[in-house]
Amino acid sequence: MQGFIAVYLRELLILKYRFKRQLAGMAISPLLYLITFGYAMGDVIRFGGHSYLEFLIPGLVAMGSMTQAFAIATDINVARFYWNIFEEFQAAPISNLSYVAGEVLAGMTRALLAIVVILLLSLPFGVVLHYGPMFWLAVLLNCFVFASLAVALAMLVKSHADQSLLTNFIITPMAFLGGTFFPVEKLPEWAQTLLSFLPLTHASHAIRASSLGQPVQLVDYLVLVVAGAVFFWLALHSVNRARD
Amino acid sequence: MIRIENLQKSYAATKALDGIDLSVAAGELFAFLGPNGAGKTTTIRILTGLTRLGSGRALLNGHDIESDGIAAKRQCGLVPQHINLDSELTVLENLDIHGRLFGMEPARRRQKIEELLAYVELADRTRSLVKQLSGGLKRRLMIARALMHEPRILFLDEPTVGLDAAIRRRIWALVKRVQQDGTTIFLTTHYIEEAEFLAGRVAFIDQGRIVAIDQPHNLMARLGHWAIDQVNGEGMQTRYFPTREEATRFSAGQDCGFTLRRVNLEDAFLALTGKKVL
Repeated sequence: MQGFIAVYLRELLILKYRFKRQLAGMAISPLLYLITFGYAMGDVIRFGGHSYLEFLIPGLVAMGSMTQAFAIATDINVARFYWNIFEEFQAAPISNLSYVAGEVLAGMTRALLAIVVILLLSLPFGVVLHYGPMFWLAVLLNCFVFASLAVALAMLVKSHADQSLLTNFIITPMAFLGGTFFPVEKLPEWAQTLLSFLPLTHASHAIRASSLGQPVQLVDYLVLVVAGAVFFWLALHSVNRARD
Repeated sequence: MIRIENLQKSYAATKALDGIDLSVAAGELFAFLGPNGAGKTTTIRILTGLTRLGSGRALLNGHDIESDGIAAKRQCGLVPQHINLDSELTVLENLDIHGRLFGMEPARRRQKIEELLAYVELADRTRSLVKQLSGGLKRRLMIARALMHEPRILFLDEPTVGLDAAIRRRIWALVKRVQQDGTTIFLTTHYIEEAEFLAGRVAFIDQGRIVAIDQPHNLMARLGHWAIDQVNGEGMQTRYFPTREEATRFSAGQDCGFTLRRVNLEDAFLALTGKKVL
């Protein structure tokens, strides 16, 4: 337990020292999306009786929670390849579970902070959504899925450049195709089937349905739970691979 | 205290360690001396859990590093070759996180931090960010961090590399003090004078194999006690003599320039391996 706290506390301390920079970083993309896609086109496009802004904000929450949770991979890799701080954890008498759980929770914490920033930024746009328990459950599961994936991949890559490559090939396409900016239902059947394999598609569904007051589909939550469990297991079993 | 049996490690086709056998007694200050790439760091990385064992066996205070890894890690502290402190955190935070990683209770952590910062003469820098410290201060902080959980074995991997002579001497004094306080020290170095000054016993390592283990004066005495370096048409030649008198007698008959000096570990290493440490 102490090992888990130590790993998590270290990440929180770093977050504390970088807090202003982190907040600015978390705010800039959603703000640009809100202004360009939402504000400029908000009245032109409507989906299912909702303005584009109402459609967009849950998508931004899904995307933001994914990218910020996944960003823990970059921090782990900087600690591993640049500062060599990862050695401090490797040489400590802590279990792989303590290490992975600490880093995953740190990724989730950062992602939740980013969600709060997005929701605060959306306030001046006059959009009122429902942020009930099912909304927060979907957000938490999405954060868990991508923080776990981040830790697993951070253990498997052999260099910082590999990590950037993975972000470009996994996270960026998912951010645009996972139902964040447009409804997946508008795509052809084959594309919908393909995109249903992406965890973010289910996260966008669940977050959007719950925030717009629509009935949620439990299968979306189930997919996130299963994906999160698989990635967490992968992370646990990848820690030893990081020993050269 | 440290027992290593037939330790082997390969990276692709390269054999980094080729059957290391040694044991280090409790309270001993043991040095691994060899050139870059000889296998010194690989040995320390394996013993401290940073690198996977190829084959063989290693025990730290009776705990097998593979089958009983967590208990083995509790026995040892590590000061790696490169600075691996959290530069964005303060001196205090670095030590506190380390204490937590080793399961220390809050009161014990506070007491130990205070004690160690005084020990390494960093008490006035408690709240400083690590990135504001000089290289020498960072080294001292790394030693303090490695001692935080009161390890019985301290691994120092090239602890003074890149430091100037004055700071190096301060680090040596600190290492001696740690050993005198009862900690077993396993040190790697490629500085001859460091091994001579600090170590009770030295192992010469070359190409992943130990070529000799003994007390420094015994290793040197195999050649003699005095050396004469002569530069002639064939380059520099060194001759060894058991006494100064014999060396002086020899030099009296020489018509070219020479240097009379004491035999050092570099001579012993060169005689055994045919190459210099540095």
